[in-house]
Amino acid sequence: MSDIVIAGIGMTPVGEHWATSLRELALEAIEKALHEAGGLKPQAVFVGNIHAPVLSRQANVGPLVADFAGFREVEAATVEAGGASGGMALRAAYLAVASGEVEAALAVGVEKATDVVGASVESATATMLDADYEAEQGVTPAVQAALIMQHYMQTYDVPREAFAAFPLLAHQNAVGNPYAMYRKAVRAAVYQRATMISDPLNLFDAAPLADGAAAVLVTRRDLLPPETAQPLVRIAGFGIANDTLAWHDRDDLLDFAAVRASVEAACRRAHCTPNDADFFELYDAFSVYVPLILEAAGFAPRGEGWKLGQDDTLTLDGRLPILTMGGLKARGNPGGATGLYQVAEAVLQLRGQAGDNQIPRARRGLVQCLSGPASLAVTTVLEAL
Amino acid sequence: MEISRHWRLRKQRYALEGEVCPHCGAKLFPPRDVCPHCGLEAKTTYTFTGTGTVVSWTTVRQAPEGFTEQAPYVVALIQLDEGAKLTAQLTDLGETEPYVGMPVEMVTRKLRNDREERGLILYGYKFRPVLARAVA
Repeated sequence: MSDIVIAGIGMTPVGEHWATSLRELALEAIEKALHEAGGLKPQAVFVGNIHAPVLSRQANVGPLVADFAGFREVEAATVEAGGASGGMALRAAYLAVASGEVEAALAVGVEKATDVVGASVESATATMLDADYEAEQGVTPAVQAALIMQHYMQTYDVPREAFAAFPLLAHQNAVGNPYAMYRKAVRAAVYQRATMISDPLNLFDAAPLADGAAAVLVTRRDLLPPETAQPLVRIAGFGIANDTLAWHDRDDLLDFAAVRASVEAACRRAHCTPNDADFFELYDAFSVYVPLILEAAGFAPRGEGWKLGQDDTLTLDGRLPILTMGGLKARGNPGGATGLYQVAEAVLQLRGQAGDNQIPRARRGLVQCLSGPASLAVTTVLEAL
Repeated sequence: MEISRHWRLRKQRYALEGEVCPHCGAKLFPPRDVCPHCGLEAKTTYTFTGTGTVVSWTTVRQAPEGFTEQAPYVVALIQLDEGAKLTAQLTDLGETEPYVGMPVEMVTRKLRNDREERGLILYGYKFRPVLARAVA
């Protein structure tokens, strides 16, 4: 079979777009992706979105976005898997092309999160948890992450200040990303002073939910129009694994087992090992997720993932660069679009188009989004051709 | 207010009714009908005693709708003595700071107001520090 390649990507800046609607954000990203692809038209559109039914009173987002983008007689659907929605939308597009059912498929992620504020937003994000047994106790994803962080600190005797490394790295890297929400480096003192959301988790330990859209057009290499001028990136492997939805149902509370299973599966299909990756775009929705992901993916022994943040290992010129364009924390977390921002950013790295943030000789990237605390993990291996 | 939904959960909310796996003996809460330990059907009801210990806890300052009046409130991950774990609020703490390993017991308390302001109140389980036994 011909390689499955990424023919075009498009992103909007992440932020608070009060003047722009859900459908307009999606269209902006789609137009950019189609423009890159030299006139290639998709026959299938999969839209990753989490919160539109609650925050925008809009279900049926897939057909809405396909219609507004001017597509007719294409298949269209929303793909929702919590924070992993964007990754699963790409998965749907990949399968549609790989099966031969369609020649080109568009994965779009879009989130319009800033039309409401405060407790309403907390309630909307809490719908991703177990509604009957977590949300009904006043638990939100941030509260759940606070419980995980507290348990990590207690179990491995880690000081709270150690977690500052991850948001600080994200903010440092976002300075060079024109699409990032917060393009400003922050100092450790700012982290120390930040408002508590749910002890020990403060404002800087949690990525901000924001507006944004990203689009990725997928096709077979032999179907690419001659007008495509972009360096080629192929999808070398997917690995997807689930775990218990509720954190309290885990036998081992500090093992992101789905991360390990999905990384292993993706690398097996791509005929590589995690150590062959030149960078790792991981899902830093909460700072404590970063060490747990690094440990489960095999980059650190259990209980020691936090130590990788204390030196230069994870910086742009380090051994394992992560969050290369600012991650969820500083690029922003546009919900169902986040997984596709991660992929689009990895594509920029592999094309050599990452500007100030370019990782030298980046040939292979590991990209991973999560639903909740690795209740679902979607890992993609991308390679420059 | 989703009245039927809350009625459906009454045995869990008021009595911690879970399940026991007839094949491997694992105690399950919340009930999930398929045993996660052995993969077989587990629909035999089992009522937990309601005692356990705190594994992790947090003080919530940014609350979702229906809970803002209670904030700050304490949420904990609790290991039940029979083996299952659950997430619940701690209550009746007074001046006591929660700690890992703290013995707690289930009580029935108001969970939240009806978000649609129809006057309905939702009750369910919370956990309080185990009271010292009265001397006979």
